[in-house]
Amino acid sequence: MSILEDHRRFREIIKGRIKQHFKKYVTQGEMIGKQEKEFVKIPVPSIEIPKFKYGPKDQGGVGQGQGQPGDAVQGQQGEGRGQAGDTSGSHMLEVDVSLEELADILGEELALPRIQPKGNKSIETVQTKYTGRSPIGPNSLRLFKQSYKEALKRQITDGTYNPEDPVVVPIKHDMRFRTFKKVTRPQANAVVIYMMDVSGSMGDEQKEIVRLESFWINTWLRRNYRGLETRFIIHDAAAKEVDEKTFFSTSESGGTLISSAYKLAKKIIEEEYPVHEWNIYPFHFSDGDNWSGEDTRVCLSLLKDFFLPNANIFGYGQVESKYGSGQFLKDLEKAFVADDRLIMSKIENRDKIMQSIKEFLGRGR
Amino acid sequence: MAKLTPELEKAQKEIRAVAIGQGLDFYETVFEIVTYKQLNEVAAKGGFPNRYPHWRFGMDYEQLSKSYEFGLSKIYELVINNDPCYAYLMEGNDFVDQKLVMAHVYGHCDFFKNNKWFAHTHRKMMDEMGNHAVRIRRYIDEYGVDMVEDFVDKCLSVENLVDAYSVYKKLEKPAPHHGGKESGPTLDRVQRDVLKYLLDYAPLEEWQYDVLSIVREEAYYFAPQAMTKIMNEGWASYWHAKLMTEKILHDCEIVDFADRHSGAMVMPPSGFNPYKIGIELFRNIEERWNKGQFGKEWSDCDDMAARVKWDTKAGQGREKIFQVRRDYNDVTFIDEFLTEEFCHEHKMFVYRFNKRTGQFEVDNRDFGVIKKKFLFQITNMGMPIINVVDGNFNGKGELLLTHLFEGVEMQPDYMKATMENIFAIWKKPVNIATVMEGEGRIFSWDGQDYRHQPFGDYKVDQPEVEDTEKEDT
Repeated sequence: MSILEDHRRFREIIKGRIKQHFKKYVTQGEMIGKQEKEFVKIPVPSIEIPKFKYGPKDQGGVGQGQGQPGDAVQGQQGEGRGQAGDTSGSHMLEVDVSLEELADILGEELALPRIQPKGNKSIETVQTKYTGRSPIGPNSLRLFKQSYKEALKRQITDGTYNPEDPVVVPIKHDMRFRTFKKVTRPQANAVVIYMMDVSGSMGDEQKEIVRLESFWINTWLRRNYRGLETRFIIHDAAAKEVDEKTFFSTSESGGTLISSAYKLAKKIIEEEYPVHEWNIYPFHFSDGDNWSGEDTRVCLSLLKDFFLPNANIFGYGQVESKYGSGQFLKDLEKAFVADDRLIMSKIENRDKIMQSIKEFLGRGR
Repeated sequence: MAKLTPELEKAQKEIRAVAIGQGLDFYETVFEIVTYKQLNEVAAKGGFPNRYPHWRFGMDYEQLSKSYEFGLSKIYELVINNDPCYAYLMEGNDFVDQKLVMAHVYGHCDFFKNNKWFAHTHRKMMDEMGNHAVRIRRYIDEYGVDMVEDFVDKCLSVENLVDAYSVYKKLEKPAPHHGGKESGPTLDRVQRDVLKYLLDYAPLEEWQYDVLSIVREEAYYFAPQAMTKIMNEGWASYWHAKLMTEKILHDCEIVDFADRHSGAMVMPPSGFNPYKIGIELFRNIEERWNKGQFGKEWSDCDDMAARVKWDTKAGQGREKIFQVRRDYNDVTFIDEFLTEEFCHEHKMFVYRFNKRTGQFEVDNRDFGVIKKKFLFQITNMGMPIINVVDGNFNGKGELLLTHLFEGVEMQPDYMKATMENIFAIWKKPVNIATVMEGEGRIFSWDGQDYRHQPFGDYKVDQPEVEDTEKEDT
């Protein structure tokens, strides 16, 4: 099919391999857009050939629907139906996808394995399940239909049933009741602890990368665990726990002591998340600068003695920044060269996010 | 691609006979069964299986495929204005869907054949597109894909600079290839067909001349479809609803039909659906002309009670809508038949961008404002009107374009990029007179620098609006 050739060419432009001058017209398929309720808008990459046209914001237009002057108009972009062939082409630039589907798409795209929760045998919930029937039981669980059938059977066999006058009277012997069993089910819970360096060297772009990355990690883990909790820790020279919003909006200046965050994470886990009951996912993002070699040694020993034995994985994502040396990654690599519980990933720019998620979650743990 | 199954063929014959019985008149229509991949491919190429290679078809294909695979949208119908018409049915759709699509398609085919604005479209476009593909492939073999594709991109950048409202007459042929003139003539009357001017006077190589004329031909072929979007969809929807509910549906199919039909007609919470506006306007016209709600007496009547009950049993509805489908385009259609009552009934409003809140907001529900905005939105297919006035500007063979300013400014970065592309075709400086930041300015691109200066220093007459004349009732 010749369309595949056209498609390949389009992908090459998107990736910037050919026609560099088009790069500025590419609306990036960032794979995350506005989040509205449980739907996410995914922009599909597209290129608009420049034309003489009106600026979109000056324009406005005619719509239909409820609303008083001043009310916001929703859903401007994208038509509900594609109707190609009738016009020279109207473009759907955004697609709505539910989070669940999104996780499936992600899993499929990156070929992520389903996660095998650890310790799933030790945490169990007991549920009651109706499984059968018996001739004895409490009246509240009586099966009326079954009981009458039994009575009918009995009356036909002993000849007391009269089809002209079909009166069926169950006796105690005919009664049937529901029975139940206790079923134990393994329950898996997970907690994700995000740690981020917010010292001066982490800029807005770096934080945006972390935000995108954490969004995808959450989406995937939520698909795999019924209860997922998230905790957020920011640190410069000292660490503190914050809520999600603060996590992504804080910017501090000053030095960096990574161990402060690790210590705080350790404290949170020890106090609130018994390690044999919880699947624990600490993720740490930084630009790789640490204050001193001494502090790095503290970090390494915390990792070795606490995090790696107790967490499912420990993810370290290094975001490239203008100021970061990236030394921490090298230190980690040296210390834990063959340990697959520690996953290190280098995220140079937005395009590498998907690759990095695959590294983090590709091991199915 | 495959022929129809025996059941579908039987249904097609039945629907065709019913459509003809209702007075629809169309070229023979060939239905093909396609898989969703094939349908996406054909749709990405504007309905034509065989077109020249270009990345934008691949882009559309990706978008269509993704949104189909994510279950967000699916193409129900695809029909080509050609003699014979070609229409595609997707394999695996419900039987009732296929019947609906066929009824809908016959509506489109009738429209293609009879609407005035389609009178001079190329009716052997299927073959013509194939020829275009062959020619461009030949140039690619000769000059390399990058060079040819780059030039196609530049041509596509100006493909909207045609005189869409001239399609009621035969497309004018440009002068044969000549290798370029020193300059172009200064025109007494502005010319909307900028592409023809470029073909007539720009210094193009032969293959470039051919590529540009291919792009122009295809632009003119598609223009009537964009100009009659509301009418065309409204007409087809009117007929599928009528044929299906009155003649074709079995009792057991009615619920499925209603579901599909309402899905197509749904008005999004806000925003605008051409299917819905079109079908409702046609029904409104039919009702008004059946009840005699037209003419001087009707428009002079101020008594609301009398207007509501007005019924002279004129019975001219059917005749009127056939006349409307023959003579109108979207602009004249909306101008003449969008009434205040209709706007109220369909809760129409005007929205605009609020810089303070950073979102689009409902602005106004006044009929006059809505109609004006609506007409503006569909005039020239929502594109700014650009004319060429001079090919010897400044006495140095520069090109001068004018933008017929109607209160909305152009997007500056796209304007600049487009001028660069025209420069690549014209090969001498390109100028455009427009209004930017509330001030009349002439922008120039000479291959190196992008400059602008106030408008007043030049005498450029704002051209008159042409070709959107109304027809009186």
